[in-house]
Amino acid sequence: MEVKQFKGGVWTEQVNVRDFVFNNITPYYGDYSFLVGPSDRTNKVWEVCKVATKEERDRNGVRAVDTDTISTVSAFAAGYIDKENEVIVGLQTDELLKRAMKPFGGFKVVQKALSEHGVKPNENLTELFSKYVKTHNDGVFDAYTSEIRKYRSLGFLTGLPDNYARGRIIGDYRRVALYGINFLIENKKADLENITGPMTESVIRLREEVSEQIKALKDMLELGAKYDLDLSRPAENAREAVQWTYMAYLAAVKEQDGAAMSLGNVSTFLDIYIENDLKEGLITEEEAQEYIDQFVMKLRMVRHLRMSAYDEIFAGDPTWVTEAIGGMFEDGRTKVTKTSFRFLNTLYNLGPSPEPNMTVLWSQELPQNFKDFCAKVAIDTSSIQFENDNLMRAERGSDDYGIACCVSYQSLGKSIQFFGARTNLAKTLLLAINGGRCENTGTLMVEGIEPLEGQYLDFDKVMANFKIAMKQVARVYNDSMNIIHYMHDKYYYEKAQMSLIDTNPSINIAYGIAGLSIVADSLSAIKYAKVKPIRNEEGLSVEFKIEGEFPKYGNDDDRVDALAANAVADFNNELKQLPVYKDAEPTLSVLTITSNVSYGKKTGATPDGRANGIPFAPGANPMHGRDCNGAIASLNSVSKIDYRNSLDGISNTFSMVPKSLGSDETDRIENLVSIIDGYFTRKAQHLNVNVLNRETLMDAMEHPEEYPQLTIRVSGYAVNFVRLTREQQMEVITRSFHESM
Amino acid sequence: MLILKTNIIKTQDNTLRVHSIESFGTHDGPGIRFVIFLQGCKLKCLYCHNPDTIDTTGGQEYHIEDLVQRAVKMKPYFGRKGGVTVSGGEPLLQSKELIPFFKRLKEEGIHTNIDTNGRLLNHFAVELLDEYADLVMLDIKHMTEEGYEYITGQRNKETTFNFAKHREQSGKTMWLRYVLIPEITNKPELLHALGEYFKDYKTIEKIEIQPYHKLGIHKWDTLGWDYQLKDARENTDEELQGAVNILKNYFKEVKVN
Repeated sequence: MEVKQFKGGVWTEQVNVRDFVFNNITPYYGDYSFLVGPSDRTNKVWEVCKVATKEERDRNGVRAVDTDTISTVSAFAAGYIDKENEVIVGLQTDELLKRAMKPFGGFKVVQKALSEHGVKPNENLTELFSKYVKTHNDGVFDAYTSEIRKYRSLGFLTGLPDNYARGRIIGDYRRVALYGINFLIENKKADLENITGPMTESVIRLREEVSEQIKALKDMLELGAKYDLDLSRPAENAREAVQWTYMAYLAAVKEQDGAAMSLGNVSTFLDIYIENDLKEGLITEEEAQEYIDQFVMKLRMVRHLRMSAYDEIFAGDPTWVTEAIGGMFEDGRTKVTKTSFRFLNTLYNLGPSPEPNMTVLWSQELPQNFKDFCAKVAIDTSSIQFENDNLMRAERGSDDYGIACCVSYQSLGKSIQFFGARTNLAKTLLLAINGGRCENTGTLMVEGIEPLEGQYLDFDKVMANFKIAMKQVARVYNDSMNIIHYMHDKYYYEKAQMSLIDTNPSINIAYGIAGLSIVADSLSAIKYAKVKPIRNEEGLSVEFKIEGEFPKYGNDDDRVDALAANAVADFNNELKQLPVYKDAEPTLSVLTITSNVSYGKKTGATPDGRANGIPFAPGANPMHGRDCNGAIASLNSVSKIDYRNSLDGISNTFSMVPKSLGSDETDRIENLVSIIDGYFTRKAQHLNVNVLNRETLMDAMEHPEEYPQLTIRVSGYAVNFVRLTREQQMEVITRSFHESM
Repeated sequence: MLILKTNIIKTQDNTLRVHSIESFGTHDGPGIRFVIFLQGCKLKCLYCHNPDTIDTTGGQEYHIEDLVQRAVKMKPYFGRKGGVTVSGGEPLLQSKELIPFFKRLKEEGIHTNIDTNGRLLNHFAVELLDEYADLVMLDIKHMTEEGYEYITGQRNKETTFNFAKHREQSGKTMWLRYVLIPEITNKPELLHALGEYFKDYKTIEKIEIQPYHKLGIHKWDTLGWDYQLKDARENTDEELQGAVNILKNYFKEVKVN
């Protein structure tokens, strides 16, 4: 491995992209004045995309779909948007925004998604999958216990990846550009040689997996050939580096339809090639921006075939092409490059967009010019999120990581995660109050919880019961996760992505919780006020009467904030006791995506005064309207949840009207930078930032056609506002907008 | 300057009488401010957008050290400029209690700011201003005595001007604030008078124009009070710009807040 123009290092002998970036990066400290607008070619291609996305919206969310082909890495002929103007090529199918079937997650899911659009899969395929071929979904339900099914159907465990692909694995797509596929195949072959007996189950499985990975790499060569690209060798210039990286990602999204398929951290890597070509006078800034614009445009056009029920948990047809931008190296140098700016600049050149899910790895030590630009972009587009780089580097160990989905750290090429959706912690609390029975149906879920006596709820008794309930819910949750990931590996293994990750990587299992603010406020009400449950004839709580005042989460009041932090710590500790498939490390997130609406629907009245069916707050946010000391107090409450107890991430969505951020642009930028610096100094992990007027959202509800690109951050990701259901739109509008002046 | 005892708000030791707190103030001084709206004011300005802070007996008592600790928790967000602002109500009615509060804030390295109408200058207020207040935002209500009385219900605008003189002599930083109401305070002759009066002040960093708005009207209704400025209207963009242009002749910085 030798490429002359780059500085050497261990990367030339072994697969180690981090070492390449570390040795060759050109950090950038300047401002954004070097950026340029879109090229004519970019504008032309983007126009075609805009027309196609409008057609997609007009056709109920699906512009076209192929019902004959099983999508694989090498399936479909080459597809183009506007061939003569495309500088970066490649589509998932042979046509723009044509969706493909990926049936190994579950054939019934594919059938349902197609039937919702009035079509059916090819009859041969139907026969094949109903008689001969088993899928992930089939496998999971073969193994599920009746107990898991009960927890799932009653809404204690929701959104589990048992009828859709788990996603969350980030291939190190940079490897294809840096090394070329032949080198990667040689390496995997060498790994395979070294995986030897005794042939225990895990060794056999690993041998099979690596063999699959090698096949996937060969398929990628075929995919490249369809577009006349020789991916067998390393990329030799900037355009090829972008193209090769995109081809690797394209292979992943052709083979898999995982819920979140992040990109990683490619911008810093690509900058090295761009910087090199600029220096040698091979390209201009216009061309550099053009590569990035067109790459990003392609990422915006990624689609998967989903059934409509999916929208309840992940609204707005997201793909989570999450790109982590910026951050610091462990030696104190910044990873910010000009290409970090160029990526963000696509939000101006192509307009705001939820995808790719641009995530700034924020450190107080980032160059001031970059911080200011990020704040400006957030204010102008509401399309980016911020995550605490100092915290994640310190606690997780690597300075070369991406964000899986929304908030989940993942060391690139070295580790993966098993996605686990989330459990409903508010419903778990209600088990403590209802003798272990579901508050809606009376079904006994957890044995050994005595019914509570007395007119008012007793804090100590509720807490003791809550701990019993958490233990049992954690146990069932863990059972379901082990089954799901065993079956996913067996029937829908991510061979393309895994081929770009070290053999036998470390794994964390990503559990999650929803309803945290409800739990905190409920416990606070029970502790500091008097709470009287109103019970129906079966003895189940249907309403709670609260006498007196109680501190509410979101006001920087330690009395209640500690209840939130402890609930996270307690549930995390329960999960940590349990054995995990492939010895994955248990981690927990406080993140809801848009499922806070559907979780709320499935949850009866809670002791905090929340009525039956009302949506939860998203992620770790305080409940709407209960934070009354302003935005910073609200942020401080969330910052008290210890990241070490929630290593998969703690999502907070911060929405404010422009005027409340400051009187003019200069003030707004400076204040937003101060907010993010302050929040992350307090060791908080994640912040979504929306700067929007409520009136804009109301108007967009009434006139969606005028707001095709209006983007808004929700828990951990962003969506096109007009693609949300009316109910979800209302929930976003009701949510706390910090607007005091 | 005779100050009657009745002008001082009664609190227990080590407490401040607070109307409300806002942890994210962006229009009450430089940077991000932790704003404490104190209870009680001796004026009753026609446009007051916090009329519920006027009653000197209302509000809730907060221990000074509790407020200091809250401010300390906000400190990471203050950046290079932010800090604590006491507003109101009229904060100087609690000057005596503000001294230990600001003293503690200075010990914690926190920037302090007072948003005041400048009607009080007793020895407590002087000590507070001279020793502990990094910034004062002085509200100039009107340039004529009639106008001043019309807006505030009180006479003697000179008190405010004497206050400004004291601040100028102390050499410590001050901002002016001016509520801009079409036909009432937004008249060229008044704006020129304002500029002429203060143009030689060295301690004035900037003047902030507060465009009149009606956001507080519902609070007057809640209190059962009659809102007398019902017929007043908000400034047009041109009127606003016109005022800015005049004041720019006299002040280093003119900002519309």
